Amino acid sequence: MSYLINGKTFSEEPRPGQCLRTFLREMGWFGVKKGCDAGDCGACTVWLDGTPVHSCLIPAFRADGKKVTTIEGLAHDGELHPMQKAFMDAAGFQCGFCTAGMIMTAASLSEEARKDLPRALKGNLCRCTGYHAIEDAIGGVKSIGDDQPGKSLGADLLAPAAEGIVTGKVRYTLDVAIEGMLHLKLLRSPHAHARIRSIGRDAALAVPGVAAVYTFEDVPKHLYTSATHDDYHVDPSDTLLLDDVVRFVGQRVAAVVADTEGAAEEGCRRLEVDYEILPAVFDPEEAMRPGAPLLHEKAAERILNPARNILLEIHGQVGDVEKGFAAADVIHEGSYEAHRVQHAHLETHCSITWLDENHRLNVRTSSQTPHITKQKLCFIFDLLPATVRVFCERVGGGFGGKQEVLTEDICAFATLKTGRPVKLEFTREEEFIGATTRHPMNVHLKIGARSDGTLSAFQMRVVSNTGAYGNHGGETLYASCGEAVAVYNCPNKKIDGYTVYTNMVPGGAIRGYGMTQTIFAVESAMDELARSLKMDPFAFRRINVVKPGDQMIADSTRTTDTEFGSYGLDQCLDLVETALKRGNDVKPPEGDGWLTGQGMAISMHGAVPPTEHRSEAQLGLRADGKYHLAIGTAEFGNGTTTVHRQIVSAVLGSTVSRVQVVQSDTDATGYDTGAFASAGTVVAGNAVRLAAEALRERLLDFASKNYRVSRDACRLEHDGITYNETKVPFPDFFKAAEKAGRQLEVVRKAYGTPRSVTFQVQGFRIAVNRVTGEIAILQSVHGADGGVIINPMQCRAQVEGAVAQGLGWSLSEKMVYDPSGRMINPSFRNYRIPAYADNPRRTEIYFADTHDAFGPLGAKSMSEAPIYPIAPALANALTNATGIRFHSSSLTPDRIYREIFASTQRKPGRDA
Amino acid sequence: MDLNTIQEIARPDTSSGGIDWREGDAWLAGGTWLFSEPQPHLRRLIDLQGLGWKSLAISAGGLEIGATCRIAELFALKAPADWTAAPVIDQCCRSFLSSFKIWNTATVGGNICMSLPAGPMISLTVALEGIGTIQQPGGGERKAAIEEFVTGNHRNVLRPGEMLRRIELPAAALRKRSAFRRVSLTHLGRSTALLVGTLGSEDGVFMLTVSASTERPLRIKFDKIPDQKSLRSRLEKEIPAFFDDVHGAPDYRKHMTFHFAEEIRCELVGGK
Repeated sequence: MSYLINGKTFSEEPRPGQCLRTFLREMGWFGVKKGCDAGDCGACTVWLDGTPVHSCLIPAFRADGKKVTTIEGLAHDGELHPMQKAFMDAAGFQCGFCTAGMIMTAASLSEEARKDLPRALKGNLCRCTGYHAIEDAIGGVKSIGDDQPGKSLGADLLAPAAEGIVTGKVRYTLDVAIEGMLHLKLLRSPHAHARIRSIGRDAALAVPGVAAVYTFEDVPKHLYTSATHDDYHVDPSDTLLLDDVVRFVGQRVAAVVADTEGAAEEGCRRLEVDYEILPAVFDPEEAMRPGAPLLHEKAAERILNPARNILLEIHGQVGDVEKGFAAADVIHEGSYEAHRVQHAHLETHCSITWLDENHRLNVRTSSQTPHITKQKLCFIFDLLPATVRVFCERVGGGFGGKQEVLTEDICAFATLKTGRPVKLEFTREEEFIGATTRHPMNVHLKIGARSDGTLSAFQMRVVSNTGAYGNHGGETLYASCGEAVAVYNCPNKKIDGYTVYTNMVPGGAIRGYGMTQTIFAVESAMDELARSLKMDPFAFRRINVVKPGDQMIADSTRTTDTEFGSYGLDQCLDLVETALKRGNDVKPPEGDGWLTGQGMAISMHGAVPPTEHRSEAQLGLRADGKYHLAIGTAEFGNGTTTVHRQIVSAVLGSTVSRVQVVQSDTDATGYDTGAFASAGTVVAGNAVRLAAEALRERLLDFASKNYRVSRDACRLEHDGITYNETKVPFPDFFKAAEKAGRQLEVVRKAYGTPRSVTFQVQGFRIAVNRVTGEIAILQSVHGADGGVIINPMQCRAQVEGAVAQGLGWSLSEKMVYDPSGRMINPSFRNYRIPAYADNPRRTEIYFADTHDAFGPLGAKSMSEAPIYPIAPALANALTNATGIRFHSSSLTPDRIYREIFASTQRKPGRDA
Repeated sequence: MDLNTIQEIARPDTSSGGIDWREGDAWLAGGTWLFSEPQPHLRRLIDLQGLGWKSLAISAGGLEIGATCRIAELFALKAPADWTAAPVIDQCCRSFLSSFKIWNTATVGGNICMSLPAGPMISLTVALEGIGTIQQPGGGERKAAIEEFVTGNHRNVLRPGEMLRRIELPAAALRKRSAFRRVSLTHLGRSTALLVGTLGSEDGVFMLTVSASTERPLRIKFDKIPDQKSLRSRLEKEIPAFFDDVHGAPDYRKHMTFHFAEEIRCELVGGK
């Protein structure tokens, strides 16, 4: 047999059960991606004789004699395919992991098919964009602006990786071929709670190709946490590399490394594990009761009350809530539930580790925190920091899920043991059962208000389910009890919070970090109060929200470093209210039974996380006349690379094309706490700004000294230095500096303090069908206060993506478990993230006109926060339409129908 | 995904006759389901593509669909003008959760043999009174109405070594009037309830096919269009339980089934 791939003939034979996707990758065509490996996401789309197919579902042998085209074969004679060009012009991607498959699908569509994109694109999932930029690309819209010297601030400039992304050439974590690599597979626990008496490994070791088996007997006994924070003490040390107790279905039991993935899988199947089943508990309230099964009764560190499964409690109050309730004219009391959802980034967790010629451990990984990951590996394996390098190239989405060490530790262990390169790639199922999720939370609220609309008392009890491990469980609880409450002025507040261990998959960091849950509850409750008072929800918010001069108080009057570096909530409220009043011409769908309603919600967000955040930027002028920036933070579609280049060129009067960036490599960049909690623009961005300002001085100082002219006579141009009337191009200037023994390079660090706040307001007008429970979004309006917007196109795209993700969490996504704690829908087929067809009409996005005192060039963070108000705004619109309050953040049609039906039962005679 | 336990692909052609079916074997049609989930129990795939079965044949008797007919081929079918129920073919093809790209690979027979509640080719062939021909290991054949073929979620009447060879949709069924209703929890998603009603233009027989909302498809026959009450009571009697999975809660599936049944009844009674 012979295979014709992108015009080249290959004589290699696939294995009998091999799919085309992995065969193509083995032949070096790494543009073919894996998002699900099950035909649901389309990231692996290629053409077979010109017809698009999902290569993960095609038996490789069936490509024999057919012409295979991958993304790498789409361009001809160096000319990009028009669709590749269109995806660049519209910036139709964020992380870019779905892009190859998206382009291969879009480029195959007939004119007719393009008119029905909901159908044409139903086999391609994008988690980042919300599909608007993709729609623009297919529609031929050009969104990107020109790269002009000194004009980069506020310009719609394209991400530097764009061409690599649309051609499939940019390298993600696993897009490398390494000689002699072993494959690691994990055996995962089928039990929610069990002690492992023994693991028989002989049968596994007998499988041809299996190199080693590792169990709890082999690993270092250092307890650690998989969460990555600068100060690891904020999270409990409750995790072992491999443990003799398993605490959730899906926990690692053993690792098998082998020459092939197939042998490693077979090795896992042949392990003989003797489990002693232990009682399990899944509900956090039950887990806190005396007599409940205990998860970490011994050996773990920094757990508040292991005898009651409580990782952390928060109790605080200001004023006197009882007096406040006594003074209230209306009181709303209700319980709200935020359900379990996931990040669903398309690139699953993965790592490749090896020892280099100096016996240094190299870790190539898909992470948001390479520097902290390095620290953690040093701790677990007692390694000197100088002997470890952790780096990322392009990361295929994160949303917080990669602020966690889930693959690097065990992969590095196998490399240290065998001395060989080792690869670990999570399957999509492992992503669901063995990675992390949003923390499900139950929030009980009691809030009182006076008839003039002012709040008199606010009481909240939060119970968060951290699952089997406490990584991020504490920090998300603090976050959940923070800005969601502090955005409202109220003299009497009381908060009780609990993070509880259960035998469930661990929660983790995720966009919205503990706050989406409580904001859903608080904003729903505020809507109820406004309804009771017959007040407009915008007017009610205006009365009660914090304003400059107010202290932001959650449950304590303690002074913090959070201050109003700028304030745009008033503008956001006005912008969204006006847009909703203006409306649009969209009517409910055809047919009977549609009720319409409108809802809104607000949120406040600390522009920098409260725990330690710092970053170091190295910036210099190089021999080629370009600026070279090294920054530790990672790029996973959040767009910080674009922003950092724009900051450099704004300060230095350059074009972004003259700014090269090296990032997220512990060998090549200074320490950075990581790309999470919106720190990329504000913290790393401030380091970049400080470095650019210092470099400008350095360049002008040297020019003045070298050419013996006054500083005032020297000017920094985009391509060189001018003194008097003489122009010195940068390459010559660099040579002059070299000759003089002067380095044109600076290093600056930034620290995430003081912390400003950002604001969001979301409005929805919806129709809901009282028969089918289906929701149609008629208008979506988002007001965002992100300070000076460095790249409006990119910032809008972040908001669009957040709206889509927020709607997905509410309208279709839900992790469902059987009574034994096993997830029953661990696939994209059954855990439905939004497809193009689920995408609402384009969200109208309005930015407040503010300038922040603390952020770089007046900017604030703006990629995490837009998700906060989405679920409550939707729920509030639903209440407005139906008169029913929805207490769960899961708003699927079957649940909506059930509530509507139940309400008709409560109100006999009402037509439904 | 890679099926790493597969050691061999058997590729019989038309001349080589029967296959010695053994444990660990699976028929490989389009492969879109087989390759979408781990199959550690399988050792050999028997490729049906080389058998060269005819995909579609229109005759006076109706439509014959070869089991390896790809969805894309069926979707592209130009039906004779008097096949008034032909829109159901189009509607059922569009009811796949999967996209047109999968249609280029997946087969009609594969969808039926997978026997999922939401299999739209099951809905189609039950509603249009399809008869399946099952090829037996010895080379013999037996027939089974598709209505009886699917016995439960992921269960059907095939015995080891048997395979679905073709499905015949009788011309009489194709000449009926039809009404179609479907709901999904997500836009263009997997069916939560899919109902098809047909009405014989000559005999006035009304048939209602309920699928996706029940574990297996169900076709209820009335000699003439019933009134609302008798339709409801038949549904109550014949459907003891509704299917429960992440694509729809049973109470919702029941509600939508009854709602659609009535809508279909009204549409067909309207006599357009």
